[in-house]
Amino acid sequence: RHDDLKEMLDSNKDSLKLEAMKRIVAMIARGKNASDLFPAVVKNVACKNIEVKKLVYVYLVRYAEEQQDLALLSISTFQRGLKDPNQLIRASALRVLSSIRVPIIVPIMMLAIKEAASDMSPYVRKTAAHAIPKLYSLDSDQKDQLIEVIEKLLADKTTLVAGSVVMAFEEVCPERIDLIHKNYRKLCNLLIDVEEWGQVVIINMLTRYARTQFLSPNQNESLLEESAEKAFYGSDEEDAKDAKAEAASLAKRKPYVMDPDHRLLLRNTKPLLQSRNAAVVMAVAQLYFHLAPKAEVGVIAKALVRLLRSHSEVQYVVLQNVATMSIKRRGMFEPYLKSFYIRSTDPTQIKILKLEVLTNLANETNISTILREFQTYIRSMDKDFVAATIQAIGRCATNIGKVRDTCLNGLVQLLSNRDELVVAESVVVIKKLLQMQPAQHSEIIKHMAKLTDNIQVPMARASILWLIGEYCEHVPKIAPDVLRKMAKSFTNEEDIVKLQVINLAAKLYLTNSKQSKLLTQYVLNLAKYDQNYDIRDRARFIRQLIVPTEKSGALNKYAKKLFLAQKPAPILESSFKDRDHFQLGSLSHLLNAKAVGYQELPGWPDEAPDPSVRNVEVPEWTKCTSREKRKEKVEKPFYSDSEGESGPTESADSEPESVSEESESSSSEGTSSSGSEEEEEGSGDQSEDKEEEEKRKKKKEKEAPRKASLESAGRKGRGETSSEEASASESSSSDSESGSEVQESPAEVEAKQRKAPASTKPSPRANAVGPKEISLLDLDDFTPPPPQPVPTSSIVSTSLVTDLEGLTLTDTSLAPAVSDPISPCIPPGISHILPADHLNPCCPQQQAPHQCMPQGTPWVLQLSWRRLSPRLGWVLPTGKAPAGCWGRGASPVLSESLAPGDTASVVMGIDFCDSTQAANFQLCTHTRHFYVSIQPPVGELMAPVFMSENEFKKEQGKLTGMSEITEKLTLPEKCRSDHAIVQQVTSAANVGRVPCGADNEYR
Amino acid sequence: MIHSLFLINCTGDIFLEKHWKSVVSQSVCDYFFEAQEKAVDVENVPPVISTPHHYLISIYRDKIFFVSVIQTEVPPLFVIEFLHRVADTFQDYFGECSETAIKDNVVIVYELLEEMLDNGFPLATESNILKELIKPPTILRSVVNSITGSSNVGDTLPTGQLSNIPWRRAGVKYTNNEAYFDVIEEIDAIIDKSAALHNVCYTLDKVLSVFFCCFFFFKLSGIPDLSLSFMNPRLLDDVSFHPCIRFKRWESERVLSFIPPDGNFRLISYRVSSQNLVAIPVYVKHMISFKENSSSGRFDVTIGPKQNMGKTVEGVVMTVHMPKAVLNMNLTSTQGSYTFDPVTKVLTWDVGKITPQKLPNLKGIVNLQSGAPKPEENPSLNIQFKIQQLAISGLKVNRLDMYGEKYKPFKGVKYITKAGKFQVRT
Repeated sequence: RHDDLKEMLDSNKDSLKLEAMKRIVAMIARGKNASDLFPAVVKNVACKNIEVKKLVYVYLVRYAEEQQDLALLSISTFQRGLKDPNQLIRASALRVLSSIRVPIIVPIMMLAIKEAASDMSPYVRKTAAHAIPKLYSLDSDQKDQLIEVIEKLLADKTTLVAGSVVMAFEEVCPERIDLIHKNYRKLCNLLIDVEEWGQVVIINMLTRYARTQFLSPNQNESLLEESAEKAFYGSDEEDAKDAKAEAASLAKRKPYVMDPDHRLLLRNTKPLLQSRNAAVVMAVAQLYFHLAPKAEVGVIAKALVRLLRSHSEVQYVVLQNVATMSIKRRGMFEPYLKSFYIRSTDPTQIKILKLEVLTNLANETNISTILREFQTYIRSMDKDFVAATIQAIGRCATNIGKVRDTCLNGLVQLLSNRDELVVAESVVVIKKLLQMQPAQHSEIIKHMAKLTDNIQVPMARASILWLIGEYCEHVPKIAPDVLRKMAKSFTNEEDIVKLQVINLAAKLYLTNSKQSKLLTQYVLNLAKYDQNYDIRDRARFIRQLIVPTEKSGALNKYAKKLFLAQKPAPILESSFKDRDHFQLGSLSHLLNAKAVGYQELPGWPDEAPDPSVRNVEVPEWTKCTSREKRKEKVEKPFYSDSEGESGPTESADSEPESVSEESESSSSEGTSSSGSEEEEEGSGDQSEDKEEEEKRKKKKEKEAPRKASLESAGRKGRGETSSEEASASESSSSDSESGSEVQESPAEVEAKQRKAPASTKPSPRANAVGPKEISLLDLDDFTPPPPQPVPTSSIVSTSLVTDLEGLTLTDTSLAPAVSDPISPCIPPGISHILPADHLNPCCPQQQAPHQCMPQGTPWVLQLSWRRLSPRLGWVLPTGKAPAGCWGRGASPVLSESLAPGDTASVVMGIDFCDSTQAANFQLCTHTRHFYVSIQPPVGELMAPVFMSENEFKKEQGKLTGMSEITEKLTLPEKCRSDHAIVQQVTSAANVGRVPCGADNEYR
Repeated sequence: MIHSLFLINCTGDIFLEKHWKSVVSQSVCDYFFEAQEKAVDVENVPPVISTPHHYLISIYRDKIFFVSVIQTEVPPLFVIEFLHRVADTFQDYFGECSETAIKDNVVIVYELLEEMLDNGFPLATESNILKELIKPPTILRSVVNSITGSSNVGDTLPTGQLSNIPWRRAGVKYTNNEAYFDVIEEIDAIIDKSAALHNVCYTLDKVLSVFFCCFFFFKLSGIPDLSLSFMNPRLLDDVSFHPCIRFKRWESERVLSFIPPDGNFRLISYRVSSQNLVAIPVYVKHMISFKENSSSGRFDVTIGPKQNMGKTVEGVVMTVHMPKAVLNMNLTSTQGSYTFDPVTKVLTWDVGKITPQKLPNLKGIVNLQSGAPKPEENPSLNIQFKIQQLAISGLKVNRLDMYGEKYKPFKGVKYITKAGKFQVRT
C-alpha cells in the first residue's frame, strides 16, 4: 500500500514530494490512516522546499504521538531551527517541536521554551507562550518551571504576547492570582490593542482577579436597602431604635470608594463593547455584570442587543445570558423589549429563549403589550413554541397580580382549542394558577372536569384530577361522577393519571364518603393489582390511612388533615433563576452544570486586599530619586505654611491629602478636584468631584472643536490611547507611593538635595533651570519652591508659564492652520511632539531660548526615564532619533543635556519610574514601533506627553481635570487651572500676574 | 481550547477532520448526529452539546456543520465566533464555503486551519495575514504551481503579525488607488397584523430596529491613514467597529479615523435609534383567509411603495411559509412569477421592480388538504427589497481624507437600502 507515495517521497524532485505530501494530507483530512508512511515522510523534515516542509510538519504533528521512536529522528532538525536567524523559522520550529506529543523530549521542550521566552522577537515569545500549555498537558510535573516562564512572559510589554500568555496562565496555574498583581495595570492598559481572542481570555481572567482584589461596588447599596427594609417593617419602638443604630453604623462606615484599579479596568474595557467580535462583547458584558456598580451596568444592554442580529448560534448564547441578566437587572433591557419580539422564521430554540426574556421583562407597565404579543404567538404553527408561550403566560400571571384574571380567561379560552397539546398545556398552567385563588373559579373547574372525556395527554388529565380532588368541595356534584368515569377506564390510564385517580378517590372518601365509598374501594382494589409497584404501594398506603380499622387508629384521625391541608401555590420561576452563580458567558453557565476546568467566580472580599501589591517595583537604582520626590511633596505643605498664602488644604497634613488625591485622580478617569478647597472636602466624596468633572468636560467639549481639529492633524496610531491611560495610571501610583513615604523623609534634607542638583549644574543656564523646572512641572502646585532665592523662584514661575504657553503652542502649531500669532514658537512645539528622543536638541536652535528651555528640560526628564527604565538601553531611541531632522542636529546636545537631566530627573521622577515603569515601556514600544515601521507620527507622540504632564498636575490636585480625554485639553482650561494653582499656592505677585497674561493671550 | 474540528455535510458525512491536540475519534460525532436527529430541523440543532467526555460546539453555515470538540471550560461564543471566522475565511479564499470547494482545496484548508489555531488557541485570523502566509488559489497560480512545483505558501513572516496594525499587510501597491464604500442599510421590522390591515402608514411601535452596516472596499497603496466623517453622526445610536478604528477619535469627535485593511471589509455596523426612524419604504395589503369546513382559502396580496421616497423599489421578493395543510395554490400575479413548493410549503413570489402606477398583486385560491382542520395561523410574509442610492436613515458621508500617502485616490460612495429581516404578520 502507498508504495507509489513512498516512491514519490524518496525522489529528488520537490514537485513529486509536494504532490505526495498533498495526497497524504488529503488522506489525513478525510480521517484515513496514513501512519505507515511515517518513515518515508519523516525523512523529508529537512527538505528545503518550504511547502513540503510545512506539510511534513502537519503530518508529524498528527502521527508523532503514535510513532514516538521514529519521531525522534526529526528532533534535531527542529533544534537547528530554533537557532535560525529568521524569526519565522524559529517560531515554527518551536511550534512543531512542542506539538509532537512525545514525552521523551520534555526536557528539550522545556529548554526551548525557556530560550524562546527571552527571544528578541515578540512573535517567537508568543509561540513560547503557546507552547507552555502543550508541555504542561504532556508532563504536569514541569508546572513549577513553567510558572516561572509564565511569570517572565507576563511581564512582557508587547500586545502580541499578552493574550497568549494569559491563556497559558489560565491553563497552567489559574490559581496563582498573585502573578497578576504586578501586571494588572499593564494588562488593563494594553487590553485595547491586544488581538481579539486574547482580549476575551484576558477579560475573563481579570474578572476573576477583580473579584478577589476589590470590594463590591454595590455593598453600600445593599446595606442601605437592608436598613430601609428594616425600618419599614419594624413598627415597634425597638425596631426603630434598631434602625437608628443601623443608620448610625452606616454613617460610621467608611463610604465606599472604588479602588482606582477597579475603575481602570472598567474604563479600559468599555470601548471593547464596540468590538465586532461577539465573544469580546460578551466578555465585557459579563465583566460589567459581575464587577460594575449597578448604575453602570446598563451600558452593556445595547451591545448585547446588537449581537442579536448575528448568526443564530450567537443569538442562542447571547439570549441565554440575557435571560440570566434580565432576572437580576430587569430595567437594563426594558428599553429593548421590542428587540426580543419573535419572528415566525426564528428557529424554535431561539424563540423559546426570547420568550423567556420577554417573560422576565414583563412588569405592570408593559404587560399589556407583552400579552398582545403572546396572543400572536399562541397561533403559531410551531407547537413546542406555543406550549412554551402558554407557560410564559402562566408565569406572567403569577408574577403580576393585575393581569391574573385576564390571563386565566385567555387560557380557559384555549381549552377549546383544537390542538390537544395546546389544551393540555393550558390545563397544566391553569391548575397552577387556580391554586392561588381556588374559591372564585369553580366554574373553570367544572369546565375542566368536562374535558376529561376528551383530553388524552396524561399530564393534563392528571392535573384535572388533582384539581377536582383538591377542590372537591367547590364541585360536590361533579367530583364523584368524574371518579366514576375514571374508575371505569382506570386500567388503561397512564401511571401518573392512576396515581391521581387514587388521590382523588381518597380525598372524596374523606369528604363525601357516602357517595364514593364503594368507588374508592373499587379503585383501590384495582390499584392493588397494578403492574406498577409505585401504584400498588400508594394504594396500600392510602387504604391504611383512610379506611378505619382497629389497628390504624391514630393516623386515621388525621387523614383528613393530611389530605386536605392547604397547599401553597407553586411559584413559577424562570429556569434561569439560579444560573448567575456561574460566570456569565461561560460554558458552564450555558449548560447550567460545571464544566471541566471551570474556575469559580469568587465572591467579593469583605476587606480589600492590599492594593499596593499592584504597584510596580522600584528598580534599585532609582530608589534615591524617589525619595527626593517625596521630599518635594513634603515641601509643598511646609512652604505654603510658612508663606501663609496657600489654602487650608496645603496646611493640612500632607499625607492624607496626597492619598485622597490619588484615589480621586486615578479612580474616575481623571476626576480631579478643581481647587484645593474642593479637595479637602472631597477626599471621600467622589461623586461631587465627578460631577464637577463632568461639568468641566462639557465645557471642554464646547471649546473642544477647535482643538480637536488641531489635534486631529497630528494624531496617529492607536497606541496613543493606551499610552495615555498608562501614564495616568502610572502617575497615580506614583502619587500613592509618594504619599506613603512622605513622612519618612524630613523636608529639610530634601530641600537641600534639591538645591544641590540645581547648583551643581552651573554651565548652561538652561540646564540649571532645568531641574527646577522639572520639579515644577511635576508638582505643579508647588510653583515656587521656597528654598530657592526669590529671583530664581520668579524665574521658575515664569518658566512655568512659558511652559504652559509652550504646551498650548504645540497644540496650535500642530494644526494645519498656523495662522496663530504664536507661529514663531512652532519649533518648540515640534520638540514637544517628538518628546522623548528629540526634545533637548530643540533648545539650542530655538529662537526664544528662554521659553524653550523650560519646555525642553522637563521633557528631557521624561525621556531619560524612559530610556533608563526599560533595560533596552539607549541605543534604540537614540539610534532612531536621527530620523527626525531635529534630532540629528541635536544629538550631541541631547546626550549632554541628558546627563544633567538624568540626574535631575532621577531626583524628580523616581516615583514615576516605579509606578510608571510598565506604562513607560508601553510608550516606548509604541514609539519604537512607529519609528521602525512608519514614519514617526508627530501627533501621536504628542498626546501621551501631554497626558503625563496633565496627570501629574492632576495628581497634585491643583489642576483641574485634564482628564483622560487627552485630546480635549484646551488652552483656556490649562491656563485657567494653572492660574488657579498659582494663586492658591503662591502669593508671589509676579507669578500670579504672568499666568494671567498668558491666560488672556491664549484665549 | 478547541481540540478538534469536524466538517459534516447535510447527509451526515464527515468529510474533513483536523486535530490540534491528540486525536479525538470520529465517534464523538455520534452525539451530534443524535441531537441532529432529535432537532428535526437543521436550525434547531443546539449549538452546544454536552457529552460524557467532551463538549461539542457547532455552527451551521452554507449547508455544512462545523463541529468543534472542546474538553474544558471555554466561553462558547469564543468558539462560535471562531468557527464563523473559519467559514468566512474559506469564503474569502475559495469564493464560496461549500463542500466541493473545501474538498477541492483540502491542502489549503488544512494549511489554513494549521495557521489559524495553535494548540486550540487562535493564532492568525486576520485575512490579510493569512493571505500572506498562504496564497489563495487562482487559476494562474495553480497552473504555475503545477509546472514549476513552486508553492503557494509564503516564505516570509507577515509583517502585520508584528506591527501595530495586524489587519494590514505590508507593501501594498496598486497602480490605481481606489476607495469605494457601500453604505448598506438594512431594515429589520416586524409589522404587526393590526398595522398591516388598516393602512399604509405603519406606526413606529410596530417596527423593530433598523440596522445598518458600511462595507468598504479599498485598494490603496502604502499605509494610508484615512479619516471619514459623516454629515450627521448623531444618527448613529449604537456602533461596532472593525479593530482598525480609533475609538477615542470617534468618542470625542465622531470621526472615523483608521488605517484600513487591504481589500474588502466591514468597517462599521451601526444602528439608528428608533426615534430617528423614517418611514418604511413599502407597504403590504393582504387578505388571506381560510374557510371553515371547506378545503380552500383565499389569498390576495398587494405590495406598494411609499409615496415619499422618490426612488424605485427593486428586487422585491416575497416568501411565505404556508401552513402544513396547504396542498397547492392557484394564483395569478400581475407582475413577476411565483412558485410554490408543495413539499416545504414555501411560496416565493419574485416581483422585481415596483412601479407606483401599477401595483403588483398576487391573488388566487389556496387548496387545503381535505378533512384537515383549518389552519389557525395566517402565515407571515417575509419581504425582501432593495433601493439603490438611498440611505433610509438619512446618513450621509461628508468627506474622506487621507493622510500619510502622497497620491490621490479615487473615491466612491454607494448607498443601498435593503430589507433585513422584514416580516409582515397577517
